[in-house]
Amino acid sequence: MADEKQTEVSAAVDPERLVRLYREMVLVREFEEASQRSFRQGKIGGYLHVYTGQEAVAAGFLSQKKEEDKVITAYRDHAHALMLGADPKEAMAELFGKRTGMVKGKGGSMHLFDVDRGLMGGYGIVGGHVPLGVGIAYALRYRGSDGICQLYLGDGAVQTGAFHEAANLAGLWGRDGMCPVVFIVENNQYAMGTSVERSTANPDFAGKFEAYGIESEKVDGMSLEAVLEAGGRVFEEVRESGKAYAIEAITYRIAPHGAADFFEKYRTKEEVREWRQKDPIGLLEQRLLDLDAVDEEKLQEIKDEAKRTIEEAVRFADESEEPPPEELYTDVYAGEDEYLGKE
Amino acid sequence: MAEKTYREALKEAMTEEMERDESVLLLGEDIGVYGGTHLITDGLLDMFGKKRVIDTPISEAGFTGAAIGMAMMGLRPVVEMMTWNFSFIAADQIIQNAAKVRYFSGGQVQVPLVIRGPNGGGVQLSAQHTHSLESFYGHFPGLKVVAPVTPADVKGMMISSIRDPNPVIFLEAGALYGTRGEVPEGEHTVPFGKARVAREGSDVTLVAYGRQVLLCERAAERLAEDGIEAEVIDLRSIRPLDEETVIESVRKTHRAVSVQEQWRYYGVSSEIAAIIQEKAFDYLDAPVERVSGAEVPAPYARNLELMCFPSEEQVVEVARRVLYQEV
Repeated sequence: MADEKQTEVSAAVDPERLVRLYREMVLVREFEEASQRSFRQGKIGGYLHVYTGQEAVAAGFLSQKKEEDKVITAYRDHAHALMLGADPKEAMAELFGKRTGMVKGKGGSMHLFDVDRGLMGGYGIVGGHVPLGVGIAYALRYRGSDGICQLYLGDGAVQTGAFHEAANLAGLWGRDGMCPVVFIVENNQYAMGTSVERSTANPDFAGKFEAYGIESEKVDGMSLEAVLEAGGRVFEEVRESGKAYAIEAITYRIAPHGAADFFEKYRTKEEVREWRQKDPIGLLEQRLLDLDAVDEEKLQEIKDEAKRTIEEAVRFADESEEPPPEELYTDVYAGEDEYLGKE
Repeated sequence: MAEKTYREALKEAMTEEMERDESVLLLGEDIGVYGGTHLITDGLLDMFGKKRVIDTPISEAGFTGAAIGMAMMGLRPVVEMMTWNFSFIAADQIIQNAAKVRYFSGGQVQVPLVIRGPNGGGVQLSAQHTHSLESFYGHFPGLKVVAPVTPADVKGMMISSIRDPNPVIFLEAGALYGTRGEVPEGEHTVPFGKARVAREGSDVTLVAYGRQVLLCERAAERLAEDGIEAEVIDLRSIRPLDEETVIESVRKTHRAVSVQEQWRYYGVSSEIAAIIQEKAFDYLDAPVERVSGAEVPAPYARNLELMCFPSEEQVVEVARRVLYQEV
C-alpha cells in the first residue's frame, strides 16, 4: 500500500521542484540553527521556537499557496515567513529586535507578519489564532475571492477551547460554502513537554474534526512528496467547495520546544534518534540522489549557499540599528490618534 | 428631530451603516432569526440576509476571534455580546488579539471591529450577570471604550465606532434600552474623547458616564432646590478620556464627585480623582470623592440590589460633604 502511494506520488512530482523546495528546507534549517546560536549568545531575547524537523510540512503546503490565499500560524513561525518569500535578513533582524525586522522589532520571533505575501501573522497564545483564521476564510468568500486560508496549528492547540469553538464555526459556515479554510495540524507529538498521548483522551484528531462536520486526512509530514500531493489536491477542493477541511501532518520536532527546554525529561534519546532517521531533509536528499536529480556535490553546494545566506542575515541583523525611541508609541492605534494615553 | 428610544437609536445607526457600507456585517447569539435578546437587531436579517447578519452558536471566543480575523481582512464586523458578562470567555481574543495585533504586526494590520452589548446592572440579574466592565477594558492600550447614555449619543457614537479603524468596546446601558430622547436623522457622528456637559453649574462637578449620568442629573436637581448648582459631566468615552473638560469644570467649581456603578477600587472614578489631583490640585477646595458600587458580587433581592449601586441620595450626600455642608 505504502509502495503504491510512493510510485503514484513520484510520477506526479517534478524533480526540479523538489530541488527547489530542498533548497528552501535547507535554508530554514540553517536559519533555525543560526537563531539558536544567536540566542545562546544573548543576541535574541524572549522565547525562540524553531521548526527543525518539520520543514517538509511548511515547504510542501506553502509552495502551493496562490496569490489570493492567506496564511496564519502560531509562534513557531520562522519557516512560514521564509517559505512565503520573506527576506531572511529581515526575519533574523526581527529576532534580534532591530528596526529592520519584519515587524520593526515590535513582535519578535513569535509574531512574524508579511501581509503583502499573505502571512497574516504568527501568534503567541496556543489556539488563540484559530478563530482568526476561520474569520479570514469567511472574509475571503464574503469579498468574492476564491482564495483559501491555510491555518497552521499544533497538536497542543487542538486541546484548547478556542480551537473547538472555531472548528464548529468553520463547519457551520462551510455548509454555506463560506469557509475555505484548511486546518493544518502540525502534529509534532509534543505540546511543549506533554505528549499527545498525555494531552488528549482520543489521540485521533480526525474524530475531533468529524464532530464539527469537517473532513480530514493524515499525511506523512516527513515526506515532502506526500505533503505536496495532499496540499495540491485538498487546496483545490476547498477552493472549489468553500468548505473547511483538515490535514494532520505527522511530524516531529527534533529540536527542543523553546530555547530553554528540559529535553530529556519528556522524551528518550532513543525516540529522538529514531525520528532523526526520518529527518525530512535527510529523506529528501536520498530521494533526490535516487532520482538522479542531484549529486553529492550539488547537495553540498546548496548547503553552502544556504549557510552563506544565513551568515549574511545574521550579520545584517547584528549590524542593524535598534528601533528608534519614537517607535514605542506608533502602531498602537490606526488612524489619526497616535497614542491616546501618551503623556 | 424625532424622539426615539435608546434601542431604536442603536438599530438605526447600524442599519444606516450597513446600507452605506457593504463591509459592515453583524455577528452574535440570536441576533438574526430571534431578533436579538434585547431586540436591537430585530428585522435586520430580513433586510440584509444571513451572510451579513450571522447567528452564532454560544461561542464567544470563537465568533469574537472570527470577527477579528474578518476585520483584519478589511471587513467591519459589529459583534453583539448578548451581555458583557459573557465577554470574559472572549477576553483572550479581545485583549490578546484585537487590542495588540496592530502593534505586534508593526502596523501591518488594523482591526476595525465593534463589540457591543448591555453593560452594568439594575435589573435583578444577580452576581454572574451584573458587571460594569469599563475600567477592565479601559485598561488596555489598543482598545477604545465608550459608554454613551443619551439616544442621540448612542446613534452618533455607534456610527463613529463602526467607521473607526480600531477595535471599539461599546458599552450600552442595558437598563436604559427603553428610554427616549431626541435623535438626529441620518448622518450623525459623535467623536470619541469629547465629554458632554450634561448640566452646567458652578458649585460642584459631578463626573459620570452611562446610566449614572441620569442619576447625577437627578441629584443635581435635588441640590438645586437648596441653591447648590452642580455641573454634570458625561464622559461618554472612557478611552480616550477627555481630561480637559473635567479639569476645566473643576477649575470653575473647585470640588468634584466621581460616580460609577462599578466597584470602588481600581475603577474609572479612581482614575478621574487621580487626574484631577495631578492637573488641578491648586484649584481644589476639598478632596475628590468617589461614589461607587458596593464591594460585593451583585445580589438578587431588589432591596439589596438597590443598596449595591449608587443612589441619588448618596450622590446628594457626598456632594454636600465636599461642599462641607454636613447633613
